[in-house]
Amino acid sequence: MKLTLRVWRQRNADADGAMSTYEVDGVSPDMSFLEMLDTLNEELILKGEDPVAFDHDCREGICGACSLVINGEAHGPERTTTCQLHMRSFRDGDTLDIEPWRASAFPVIKDLVVDRSAFDRIIQAGGYITAPTGSAPEAHATPVPKPDADLAFEHAECIGCGACVAACPNGAAMLFTSAKVNHLNVLPQGAPERETRVLDMVAQMDEEGFGGCTLAGECATACPKGIPLTSITSMNKEWLRATRKVAKR
Amino acid sequence: MALATRTDRRPSLARTVWDSSVGKKAVMAVSGIVMLLYLVVHMIGNLKIFFGPGEFNHYAHWLRTLGEPFMHYEWTLWMIRVVLVAAVVAHAVSAYQLSRRDLRARPSKYVHRKARASYATRTMRWGGVILGLFIVWHLLDLTTGTVHAGGFQEGHPYQNVVDTFSTWYGNVVYIVAVLALGLHVRHGFFSAAQTLGAGSRTRNRALRAVADVLALLLTAGFVAVPVGVMTGVVS
Amino acid sequence: MTDYATYTTGAPIADTKAPSGPVHERWDKRRFEAKLVNPANRRKHTVIVVGTGLAGGSAGATLAEQGYHVVQFCYQDSPRRAHSIAAQGGINAAKNYRNDGDSVHRLFYDTVKGGDFRARESNVHRLAQISVEIIDQCVAQGVPFAREYGGLLDTRSFGGVQVSRTFYARGQTGQQLLLGAYQALSRQIAAGGVEMHPRTEMLDLIVVDGRARGIVARDLVTGTVSTYFADAVVLASGGYGNVFYLSTNAMNSNATAVWRAHRRGAYFANPCFTQIHPTCIPRTGDHQSKLTLMSESLRNDGRIWVPKAKGDTRPPHEIPEDERDYYLERIYPSFGNLVPRDIASRAAKNVCDEGRGVGPGGQGVYLDFADAIRRMGRAAVEAKYGNLFDMYQRITDEDPYQVPMRIYPAVHYTMGGLWVDYDLQTTIPGLFAIGEANFSDHGANRLGASALMQGLADGYFVLPATINDYLARNPGLGPVDDEHPVVQEALAETQDRLHLLLSVDGDRTPDSFHREVGELMWEFCGMARTESGLRKALERIPQIRDEFWRRIKVPGTGEEFNQSLEKANRIVDYLELAELMCLDALHRAESCGGHFREESQTPDGEAARRDEEFSYAAAWEFTGTGEAPVLHKEDLVFEYVHPTQRSYA
Repeated sequence: MKLTLRVWRQRNADADGAMSTYEVDGVSPDMSFLEMLDTLNEELILKGEDPVAFDHDCREGICGACSLVINGEAHGPERTTTCQLHMRSFRDGDTLDIEPWRASAFPVIKDLVVDRSAFDRIIQAGGYITAPTGSAPEAHATPVPKPDADLAFEHAECIGCGACVAACPNGAAMLFTSAKVNHLNVLPQGAPERETRVLDMVAQMDEEGFGGCTLAGECATACPKGIPLTSITSMNKEWLRATRKVAKR
Repeated sequence: MALATRTDRRPSLARTVWDSSVGKKAVMAVSGIVMLLYLVVHMIGNLKIFFGPGEFNHYAHWLRTLGEPFMHYEWTLWMIRVVLVAAVVAHAVSAYQLSRRDLRARPSKYVHRKARASYATRTMRWGGVILGLFIVWHLLDLTTGTVHAGGFQEGHPYQNVVDTFSTWYGNVVYIVAVLALGLHVRHGFFSAAQTLGAGSRTRNRALRAVADVLALLLTAGFVAVPVGVMTGVVS
Repeated sequence: MTDYATYTTGAPIADTKAPSGPVHERWDKRRFEAKLVNPANRRKHTVIVVGTGLAGGSAGATLAEQGYHVVQFCYQDSPRRAHSIAAQGGINAAKNYRNDGDSVHRLFYDTVKGGDFRARESNVHRLAQISVEIIDQCVAQGVPFAREYGGLLDTRSFGGVQVSRTFYARGQTGQQLLLGAYQALSRQIAAGGVEMHPRTEMLDLIVVDGRARGIVARDLVTGTVSTYFADAVVLASGGYGNVFYLSTNAMNSNATAVWRAHRRGAYFANPCFTQIHPTCIPRTGDHQSKLTLMSESLRNDGRIWVPKAKGDTRPPHEIPEDERDYYLERIYPSFGNLVPRDIASRAAKNVCDEGRGVGPGGQGVYLDFADAIRRMGRAAVEAKYGNLFDMYQRITDEDPYQVPMRIYPAVHYTMGGLWVDYDLQTTIPGLFAIGEANFSDHGANRLGASALMQGLADGYFVLPATINDYLARNPGLGPVDDEHPVVQEALAETQDRLHLLLSVDGDRTPDSFHREVGELMWEFCGMARTESGLRKALERIPQIRDEFWRRIKVPGTGEEFNQSLEKANRIVDYLELAELMCLDALHRAESCGGHFREESQTPDGEAARRDEEFSYAAAWEFTGTGEAPVLHKEDLVFEYVHPTQRSYA
């Protein structure tokens, strides 16, 4: 396969960026999308040009590092991560536009690499259960109904890649935040911090400059882990409940 | 960037709600639902126009005497008006502030653009602006009569309505606004339900159906009046 | 220059911290004997932790909870992305919730035996004891383990073990455990106990007056190389499987932290002990950048087979039952498809070497779920393995519900690592190594679902208890700063190395060298090793190294985000580590666990251990690049589990 790539190139955070065009030849349909970019980079290095910078690590769809918008879609046309997207999803002769996540809370570091530390700060604001090492009771002391455990797991599957923010027309981090809120708030272990967790995480999310939800649904469509849009609804409910509860204290 | 630190002293409920994007959305949802309820009543009232001037004018007069003898003439109506104005203002201010936040959060667009959200979703902002402007015109036209075409008569709403919809622009403005309303309600109702946490995987299908039915009923109910006038059913 | 293969043997090394007495009392005894640091004094102590995986994340969080000032590093953009996240199968714990005869002693026994008697009894027993607490800790943190309808935790049996002691969260146990540790760490970052430096890579260790006092690290965004000082340094930087280029490790997992520590004086133990995982997705071509593991849990219900005839190219469904060779079930009737990883891997290699492999290039065997689907129904198979099947289909474009999966072994885990004593301290005082970065608990072969257990045991429970002792005994470490000559030297060395990499301006990319050394290692230091092969590799590696320094091309500058520079700098260390791995493999003229020397096998082709000569851990001392290292032997004594030739037949 032969492809034309139009790639966002931006030297650093302060520089202006622009799309640059490259041709890649000899692409195998079995290649992953990132392996295709590897091929391009090998050529660029030998030509003495700066290779395209992009975040990637596990290349098996779980670490959440890879983050490309391909033809206007976060992680490209399949519902998966960029690293698990294979070239068989494209056709010989295609032109592909490759851009970084775009959101003011995710500033570009270089080319296709963005700074997603805002996500870490949202977790730091309350996305945990306070259980210092050594303080834990016997694991079977608190049975958790299977449906609750499964529901918590579904939300806990979030890999923090940021595709939800990239896809959202408002650059909102509601799906990311709600996934963690729901994971922990569904479990009995998370109950003592149920209210403060959702209030603090949402406050931090706002603080970071993410947009709000207009229920466009793009986030859930882009999510490689299938976190449902109803996750946001549940978080809204938790948030409203928390404001009432906390006000009564 | 400073972290929101955990402290037992928290701002008041109102402060928390107004300062948060989620809270402000809840304000929009509640004020939207207030307006929606009003619109349903308003639409039912409007349909009385098909039963002749007597019944329609009597209904309009009754609105002013609602609650008597406990209430004085027009007191109840004014109370409703105050609530409605508050709802409109809350809705509009929240929408403005949230939109500003949203636009700031995504300053640069993708070079390769791909819109996927539904039409109703994407037109919420402009739809809202259109509806806002319409309300102003609508009040000046049929409540105060300031911009009314053909001699506004206090206490004769039937004739006033017929006058308005006897002009081409009266019909155009009204029908465009009602269509915008339909789209706005379609996404707005569902969205409000989610904001207030009423949605769930099992309930969302029903909520979407309710939103569609509501949007359709309101559109049809409101459009019926100008259509009635135009076709001569109401004259 | 001396021939690298002619190493010298130095003084034996002993674990001076391991307490004596009954094995089950040793951990209590050590914890009691260890000195404590007054809680009020803890915040005056700074501890550097490199890495944020299960071991590093849990250690950073726990140390900060105790009151230490923790300065932590990871090369990823967030601590949540450490490669522990990719572990699929589960975590072992001797809870005996199934009442199937499990106990701490059995887990201890299984691990020593599974490690082919090349691990320390004291360490392994401690691991088994702590396993129980780990599950409690993780559940308290909200890790959503799989549960049964009664609300209690579900377990399954896993790779080579006959009890059901593996706790799991669908196929994403590593992810869930890591997120638990990450969240605990995040809480400490918010509370100010941990100073987190993401996108920052350790490039050297600073040793002052014989003690580890800090690190040299590069900010990967700005390129700034700077120093960080502490009272103790903890390496939790993971394994070195990426020496092989193709492995199941993350692309950026690397050996630089441990190798630089080794160069500064920390002994490196058993570097040749690498684990080849039997169930990975076969490679598709030269473009392959990494290999993806399919959880070993698939072997619980899937059946492994190849055609009986050589060169049989018929599609699998056209091969009748009696022309299939379910070779694991045939050779190992009592364990069948559940034999330990090394055995399953080697068996796959053997059938492929015989010309009976399937798929492109004949480098694969079938893992067939047809029977399982018939027996359990498609829905049950889907519930159990759905996400793995989806992953397989996404990568290969084949539907495993219809067509058997194709699998092939791949490098997965490295049991070797920095030598540590019972306190997890390396031979450099003040330098600790935890998780996959050390060598301590798995011997020559790691059992399935034990890596997560060890990482968390080290991070949550062992290190926080033992590091106290070091800090308490060394309360008055003098101040160090950038002016100290040792520090200046370390900084200058790092900067010179980076400059050199940028200035060669040759004609080969970093990846091309990585691939070359990786292929060499896979061929000669992979699943089966021979003396002649290893000697060939030892001859070739220095040549590749020479060529590297003549022909490497790294574009850009050091003062910016430069992924080629990061990569090239890691390859520098692989090119030295590879040599030590081959030497270790060469000197250990026996087969044990993951280390299979063709010269040392039983008549029926099984690994033959030679306890009289090799019942020791090989701790290597660095003497210079390309210089023959010094071997220090730590004798292994088995008081409780007596070495027997492993038999899974």
